[in-house]
Amino acid sequence: MKFSFGPVQYYWPKEKMIAFYEEVAESPVDMVYLGETVCSKRRELKFQDFMSLAHMLREAGKRVTLSTMTLLEAPSELRELRKYCENGEFQVEANDAGAINMLVQQGLPFTVGAAMSVYNHHSLRRLVQMGMNRWVPPVELSEQWLRELLSQPVVEDIRDSFEVELFAFGHMPLAWSARCFTARSENRSKDQCELCCIKYPSGRVVRSQDQKEVFVLNGIQTQSGERYNLVNQLPQISKLVDIVRLSPQAEGTVEWLQKFIANQAGAAPLKLEHGDCNGYWLNLAGMVRSA
Amino acid sequence: MELLCPAGSPPALKAAIENGADAVYVGLKDRTNARHFAGLNFTPEKLREAADYVHKHGRKLHVAINTFAHPNTWDYWQNSVDSAVMAGADVIIAADIAVLGYAAEQYPQVERHLSVQASATNSAAVNFYQQFGISRVVLPRVLSMQQVRALARTTDIDLEVFAFGSLCIMAEGRCYLSSYMTGESPNTAGACSPPAYVRWEEKNGVLESRLNDVVIDRFAGHETAGYPTLCKGRFEVDNQLYHPLEEPTSLNTLDLLPQLHAEGIRSLKIEGRQRSPAYVAKITKVWREAIDRVIADPVHFQVAHHWQHTLAQLSEGSQTTLGAYHRSWK
Repeated sequence: MKFSFGPVQYYWPKEKMIAFYEEVAESPVDMVYLGETVCSKRRELKFQDFMSLAHMLREAGKRVTLSTMTLLEAPSELRELRKYCENGEFQVEANDAGAINMLVQQGLPFTVGAAMSVYNHHSLRRLVQMGMNRWVPPVELSEQWLRELLSQPVVEDIRDSFEVELFAFGHMPLAWSARCFTARSENRSKDQCELCCIKYPSGRVVRSQDQKEVFVLNGIQTQSGERYNLVNQLPQISKLVDIVRLSPQAEGTVEWLQKFIANQAGAAPLKLEHGDCNGYWLNLAGMVRSA
Repeated sequence: MELLCPAGSPPALKAAIENGADAVYVGLKDRTNARHFAGLNFTPEKLREAADYVHKHGRKLHVAINTFAHPNTWDYWQNSVDSAVMAGADVIIAADIAVLGYAAEQYPQVERHLSVQASATNSAAVNFYQQFGISRVVLPRVLSMQQVRALARTTDIDLEVFAFGSLCIMAEGRCYLSSYMTGESPNTAGACSPPAYVRWEEKNGVLESRLNDVVIDRFAGHETAGYPTLCKGRFEVDNQLYHPLEEPTSLNTLDLLPQLHAEGIRSLKIEGRQRSPAYVAKITKVWREAIDRVIADPVHFQVAHHWQHTLAQLSEGSQTTLGAYHRSWK
């Protein structure tokens, strides 16, 4: 089993991003995803900066993939997307059908991200035929669903031609909107957001009126209030999945990677604490935490 | 410009046709469509009758098969496509590439429209789905009028937009909020914030709504209590209590009608297959009048007061918004 760090979902200052990726280069992670996937107004790092980080990480022995925007609305966003798709060196993770279209046109292999709706074997097979060689299932899929999907004959036939990567740690992206909820939380309009999300390196917590953490606001993205944590399910995960993804958190990401590596075969299980959940994998409501 | 109305039952379908819908969209009685609620939708036999009725009046029937197929029950989706075609549906509305591919290969003669659940928000995504021979794209409710216009001018495919009804504020087909809280989502179960998880409790004059035990809102005596759709809940951010995602409100684009007409938008869709026949009748009547008026004289089009009055009465929390079509909403 391999481990990856997904793209940073939050808006961090450039210095924090660079410091994080320097730490990543030294870490035992196998694969790294780079790129802005949430909001095109976030420009602390530009395309060239991500490419420089990609080169640095590749030299450190990491497999690098460029990840792309999830909700593409403006023609300018498509132009930026095209730069990523035509980078010429690194594989691209498509988080929108538009990106798949560009990558197919160029005859390039690609990763399909968790925001693409792939729920069954026939969809999966069609994407493999188009050039998909790595698949990140939607976050809401359970172990049972994934097993049923991967054991269908039309997929078993081609199982060697793609990798499966599971989002297994971090606040899960659950929805994308035209509206910026971080700007709204500061009573600003999206057009006058002043990139206020840079003040919230872990997003803004939304609590219910009886103080349960329900969501995290991250710009136009809504995340799970609880942090997904499948550290204790790794032995089962390894039977179905090739790569385990950890989503970078503001603090302690590399430490969590080490905890995951230590429990790959179940040798170092952890007691999940308040704030963690694992429901989706166990075929329960996503927010549920089970032992 | 077509008026496309919802029908969750034969009486609603009749109401839509009698009040001037050009086309009606329906779903089958199973989880293959995104309004999978008890007592709603059509059996294959009822679907055949619906198609006959619609065709007798010279209108069209669209069948939504727009959830994502499950691996072990793929044959439901396949059967739904077969049933729709056998019944005489004019259009299949789908989002799953497996369903689109199956329909395109088996029944190339039946028109395919890309469901809003596919979340095609840009011209490159539209190009992607054209490999399935789609003739129309239903645009997600996240686009602004400016973006709708840009898309209308860069693609030659027919566009359909949501004109009125419940407002989804998230990109549809990519929203897992409901399964996060309940285990069931539009993609996996064809329903958002399912009623089976809703609980109401009154304590000291305060009415509390919960979804799978999470408090969605609390209403004081004078407030209108709305259905606990989770994205329209009242929550706290840094001790501030408000609607962090969206207020309970409905989408209403009457004011935009001349612009939508000018951009050649092919179809206006009314949301609400879960609504009553009476609701469908009233909504259809208003939009029929409005569309006729804009077609007859787009330059002097004015929104009639009685239209807005009727629509406001039929709206969630009696409030309406232009939603994302208007930039200031964002």
